[in-house]
Amino acid sequence: MNQKITAGQPSVPMKKGLRRFRSLPFRIEYDPHKKSGGWWIPLLSIGAALAICALFIALNGMNPAVVYGKMLQGAFGSSFGFSETLVKAIPLLLCGLGVAIAYRISIWNIGAEGQLIAGAIGATAVTIFAPNLPGPLYIPVMMLAGAAAGAAWGLLTAIPRAFFQVNELISSLMLNYIALLLLDYFVFGPWRDPEGFNFPGTPIFTPSQMLATIGGSRLHFGLIFALIAVAVFAFLLSKTRWGYELRLLGANPSAAAYSGIKANKHILIVMMISGGLAGFAGMLEVSGTAHRLMYGISPGYGYTAIIIAWIAKLNPWAMIVSSVFIGGLIVGGYSVQTIGLPSSMSLMLQGSILFCLIGGEMLSKYRLKRVSEEGK
Amino acid sequence: MKKLLGLFLLIMMFSILAACSQESASDPVKEEPAKAVDSESTEPKKIVKPRVAFVYIGVPGDGGWTFEHDKGREMVDETFSIESTTVENVPEGPDAERVIEELAQNHDIIFTTSFGYMDPTVNVAKKYPDVVFMHATGYKTAENIGTYQGKGYEPGYLAGVAAGKLTKNNKIGYVGAFPIPEVIYTINAFTLGAQSVNPNIEVSVVWSNTWFDPATERQAAISLLDEGVDLLANYQDSPAGIQAAAERGVWGMGNDSDMGHYVPETYVTNPVLNWGPYYVEVVQSVVDETWKSGAALNGLKEGMVDIAPFGKNVPQDVQDLVNAKKQELIDGTLNVFTGPIKDQTGEIKVADGETVSVEDILGMNWFVEGVKGTIPK
Repeated sequence: MNQKITAGQPSVPMKKGLRRFRSLPFRIEYDPHKKSGGWWIPLLSIGAALAICALFIALNGMNPAVVYGKMLQGAFGSSFGFSETLVKAIPLLLCGLGVAIAYRISIWNIGAEGQLIAGAIGATAVTIFAPNLPGPLYIPVMMLAGAAAGAAWGLLTAIPRAFFQVNELISSLMLNYIALLLLDYFVFGPWRDPEGFNFPGTPIFTPSQMLATIGGSRLHFGLIFALIAVAVFAFLLSKTRWGYELRLLGANPSAAAYSGIKANKHILIVMMISGGLAGFAGMLEVSGTAHRLMYGISPGYGYTAIIIAWIAKLNPWAMIVSSVFIGGLIVGGYSVQTIGLPSSMSLMLQGSILFCLIGGEMLSKYRLKRVSEEGK
Repeated sequence: MKKLLGLFLLIMMFSILAACSQESASDPVKEEPAKAVDSESTEPKKIVKPRVAFVYIGVPGDGGWTFEHDKGREMVDETFSIESTTVENVPEGPDAERVIEELAQNHDIIFTTSFGYMDPTVNVAKKYPDVVFMHATGYKTAENIGTYQGKGYEPGYLAGVAAGKLTKNNKIGYVGAFPIPEVIYTINAFTLGAQSVNPNIEVSVVWSNTWFDPATERQAAISLLDEGVDLLANYQDSPAGIQAAAERGVWGMGNDSDMGHYVPETYVTNPVLNWGPYYVEVVQSVVDETWKSGAALNGLKEGMVDIAPFGKNVPQDVQDLVNAKKQELIDGTLNVFTGPIKDQTGEIKVADGETVSVEDILGMNWFVEGVKGTIPK
């Protein structure tokens, strides 16, 4: 019962520190082989985060129940609020799927933000350089251009990673800033609306360049594409040979290499898909909600997507839930301001949720062991 | 061990339950806004207590642009004994559209206080014809959208007069937020003011591309300070730039609000805005049902703009000169944009004796001679 598993670095200092508490009836041990906890771990973590934030809200002199109620009502309590939450969830879901597929093979793509912006630029380029396309052609061409631009941006990370072992964490992050500056260059410079009094944005798109919306809301048909992407993602990963190879590659790269799986090819393809999904989200943003390319086109969707992916433990179906949840958090975050809370509230909630999620994930790898006899 | 785990689980379950019960507590709140919308659409509109909302680009604590709007909001609240709704840190673009629409569902008047809220305001206003929208600094009006802004170029000119007197090496720096007309005409007026007392000055402009981001504003300020400017003006919402200037003992001017208390030693003055009386007037006219759409452009005379009290180290003769010019502007004997005015290439843009029309000022897209900087083309 007291056999200790000592593999993994963290266990060494951990053990030393805790052995001093001999009187404790149990010991905390790190178990790297333990499968991380079930679906309830994220729920518990979110609950803990809400509890922590409730404390701060109360310290602010507000009633947490009222605040969370207002948040919930703002995000889900009316057809307007819910449609706006879904509008937020669409880019989050697509970018979340994008980063999740890369994480499956342990490629740490944190460049969804840049890939989304590249997609937004790519889609807008169609409206700038082909102003006379037949109307119905615009949306499909812009979708292709957006996805292609995002995929190309993903390749900029994938190629150095695959062939020169360049750390993708750093390169994908840096490419975000490059994309952002490229966006600024276009909207402050050559693509700026000549009628716009120098406001950093392109002219408003023509109706045939805008995605159709549902009812009188701003919810656009990108939602359907996002849901299709989830289904395709789930099918490819669980039902195809390709998906099997990805899983193998993620679980054990050397075993995968031994069995003849070409890691490089997979890295390139996966990063193209990853970037393509984010780029597609960028197209939906310019065509579906902003109706123009403008500065600050993404309020950090690409980064939030990382949270989306991890809350859902990289499961595509669960990502629908997590993206709607975080989308609601953002929308509700503005709503609570109408009852007098500062805007930093919603950021604090997001931060605490992420913190608790990561904490919960890590803690679930430890286990308590009763110390049966004296000493050992 | 299992028992302990069970106990742990139990505690966690309770915390979840607690969260759930909080959620159910929210149900009664849900009803309210829906009702408000209904009553608005069915009953004829008669406002007893106006429901007023403000949308802010930054936070009231920015000490500048949003701070001044919030001071105006306070005056409205006191006058009508109401509590206005405010939403802060709203990005220009799709997010703004959602926030404005949410407010439109249960408010009578909405003030959207940044240039980039223009198209979102227009889009929402179409859907809510009974709500009055007031958009600051924009140029699109409609049946239910009015615009308003201060003649920022008047105090801008006065700030320039002070700057032209104070600079020793004739190198003046200017951090601009965005290359839009509102900022461009203020920089031009500032430069003309400085040239009126010191023809040799040069105003170097850098763009920060943000209204409110203290770190970026500071960075932009430092880039100018490194070039050796001995006076730094900032068209920004926070005092980050004048604080950076003060660290090097360089004269500082902010914008929108009296920023003297941040840097008492090196503060000169700067254009300030005073929205309160105007906001009260607008809300009153909506209550009286006399409100009409229009584009308000008020200056020193109406009191919507002014200059802040001088810093304690500004010499008396400079203060006197600026105050004399201020009186001329109020009296109308001085017009900021009176020719001859040359553009950066040295070409005459405004002929001798002519003045620039208000429309051309509000759409200004070129720098006067003496400005070192570019407007992205």
